Amino acid sequence: MATAALTAERENYLNKEYGIRSWLLTTDHKRIALLYLASITFFFFIGGFFALLIRLELLTPAGDLVQADTYNKLFSMHGQVMIFFFLIPSIPAVLGNFLVPLMIGAKDLAFPRINLLSWYLYMIAGTIYLHCIVTGGVDTGWTFYTPFSTAFSNTKVIEAGIAIFIAGFSSILTGLNFVVTIHRMRAPGMTWSRLPLFIWAHYATSIIQLLGTPVLAITLLLVVFERAFNLGIFDPTRGGDPLLFQHLFWFYSHPAVYIMILPAMAVESEVVACFTRKRIFGYNFVAMSSIAIAVFGFLVWAHHMFVAGISLYSALVFSILSYLVAVPSAIKVFNWTATMYKGSISFTTPMLYAFGFIGLFTMGGLTGLFLACLGVDVHVHDTYFVIAHFHYIMVGGAVMGYLGGLHFWWPKISGRMYPEGWGRLAALLVFAGFNLTFFPQFLLGYMGMPRRYWQYPPEFQVLNVLSTAGSTILAIGYVLPMVYFLWSMRYGKIAEDNPWGAAGLEWKTSSPPPTFNFDEEPEVTWEAYNYEEIPAPAEVNVER
Amino acid sequence: MLSDSPVAVEQHGPELLHHFVDAEQQRDAATLGMWLFLATEIMFFGGMFCAYLIYRYWYYNEFAAGSRSLDIYLGTINTAVLICSSLTVALGVRAAQMGKRKLLVILLLLTIVFGFAFLGIKGVEWYDKYKEHHIPGPSFNVDDLVRDYPQIHIDPRHEQIYFSLYFAMTGLHALHMIIGVGLFVFLTYYAWKGRYTPKYYTPVEMGGLYWHFVDIVWIYLFPLLYLIDRHR
Repeated sequence: MATAALTAERENYLNKEYGIRSWLLTTDHKRIALLYLASITFFFFIGGFFALLIRLELLTPAGDLVQADTYNKLFSMHGQVMIFFFLIPSIPAVLGNFLVPLMIGAKDLAFPRINLLSWYLYMIAGTIYLHCIVTGGVDTGWTFYTPFSTAFSNTKVIEAGIAIFIAGFSSILTGLNFVVTIHRMRAPGMTWSRLPLFIWAHYATSIIQLLGTPVLAITLLLVVFERAFNLGIFDPTRGGDPLLFQHLFWFYSHPAVYIMILPAMAVESEVVACFTRKRIFGYNFVAMSSIAIAVFGFLVWAHHMFVAGISLYSALVFSILSYLVAVPSAIKVFNWTATMYKGSISFTTPMLYAFGFIGLFTMGGLTGLFLACLGVDVHVHDTYFVIAHFHYIMVGGAVMGYLGGLHFWWPKISGRMYPEGWGRLAALLVFAGFNLTFFPQFLLGYMGMPRRYWQYPPEFQVLNVLSTAGSTILAIGYVLPMVYFLWSMRYGKIAEDNPWGAAGLEWKTSSPPPTFNFDEEPEVTWEAYNYEEIPAPAEVNVER
Repeated sequence: MLSDSPVAVEQHGPELLHHFVDAEQQRDAATLGMWLFLATEIMFFGGMFCAYLIYRYWYYNEFAAGSRSLDIYLGTINTAVLICSSLTVALGVRAAQMGKRKLLVILLLLTIVFGFAFLGIKGVEWYDKYKEHHIPGPSFNVDDLVRDYPQIHIDPRHEQIYFSLYFAMTGLHALHMIIGVGLFVFLTYYAWKGRYTPKYYTPVEMGGLYWHFVDIVWIYLFPLLYLIDRHR
């Protein structure tokens, strides 16, 4: 439609207005997505910094780099920052915010001002949490287990609790906005069965955010009340039950894992379909498996408590239900694989992340089955096996999905191409570094190294050194994209409207899109992923 | 570029935000959004109701004694006050639909008055609890309850759980009332300015939904907290 020169001159959401006010008071979902991108990247590097300190401490068996108390704070704050300030908002608040209206043909989310409010809530929460970090930190573990958090810890539990409480509202508002937008703002012809799978997965995510997050909010609020006003709801010396806290906490915090992984699956479906140039295999199954994961996700929380003293019968039920979550997850993995079968695959950067995602998520998912098994869980509970398992899901799954998605939609977001060679190098570094970091932890955990200890017996050192070495490679793999994304905003090749020849509605508007997304209201007359009707781009600068 | 499209000029009235096609879509979105928000509120209070359920099952005697120490008259009056406020809200939404501006303002003001009345009475009740040393913490003392109910065994530690829940639940309910009163102050201001018409009264309706929700929470809290084992 346009030559490079024309594209550069066209008015879009980035060059429409300039100045700090036009960003801080914007209600444009695309600008808010960029605000989120900048803020969560900041927190990602803070969380990553804590992670590197943890890995450095574990380089040697003795506790020598930091003291035990500091180490407790490091892993607690690493967990809280990464989960509540990076992973939960990552894909939904950045890519979801940017793409949900574009993909369904809407001008904006249903409640643009609430969308901006959610970013401000996130920033308030982030500021409080930063204040908590610099004035002493928190050492309860990311889980705030009582009675340690309510009665014994002498760190800033109240502040951290309030910060996460507020961040929760930011997450609720994002979810609420998505659900209403997907229900009420679809363009003419965009029926439910024509929705991209990205939308289906975000719909499922939003349901979890809406129904799960308030429970975490009330739980943390009760912890804060207990510390601040001496209430005794979780206090065992007054007959309160710490197990009740664990039930309430995991009622949100297990589904929270699906808040992190479902959006990564959302990205996966788009990327795999595009770079195999095929309609996604089993569209209905992939769509419904997202909903199934959201529903089952709410019924498995007590598998975190198998050794905490719940009854054997309830443990049995939760164990079986936890196995069941594997079914919709496996449906997705098999369907992506089936989509690739006889597809015309190109190994672009997003696709490399997609391959990485499938492998690592499968690994993480299968080791999840070990943990759902009552007997095995008793053996590996609270060991590095658990750490490795959930990092395979959250880093190997969610972060790979996030990075893959960022590369895939970067041309749309910035109007520029990222350097493909560097992109693929970074993807390989992330994959290699990730496996080197976390695979040894499966072995360590299986041999019995407990989590949350700052020293360990010398026979564990070799594997720990490997893990620390891997984390360094991983860090380089994460810094690289940040550098070349920034570089590409100025020097990157101007992106065409649809550089990948992708099928989604978001590729039918210009890159970057105009403020109201489409010059004319789109009308959808085609099915999702109609790749047989779309010619492959003449020049994709990668070999096939 | 967009603004000179004839469709946008024709259909977009002052209340209609730019990204909606028509007023109906905007209203539908607001209604769905509000109901979803109320669903999150149910989950929010749900956590406390869950804790209540378990501890009441475990520590029934203490819950019964604590419940009987509450002032049933003030509690009943407060329930009546809230039900009246719900009536004024419902009538207010009706007034907005019919475009009766003065009536709407009066009904909204009445709702605010009822809201303050509820909070005032709640404050009196809390102050009584403070005087009786029934607030959980170091000065917590329930010797009076042990004396009053010699026939049942009361463990003071478990009694604290009842009062912890009492204050957490009524406290968060009161916080929602305060937010509600704040919302209604805004609604009254804009109603007085004549912003709501039979064509556009969504904010009044949404405010009403919120107010009814907070009412319903109290309708559950009142029997759960005040009416345990009263017949004895």
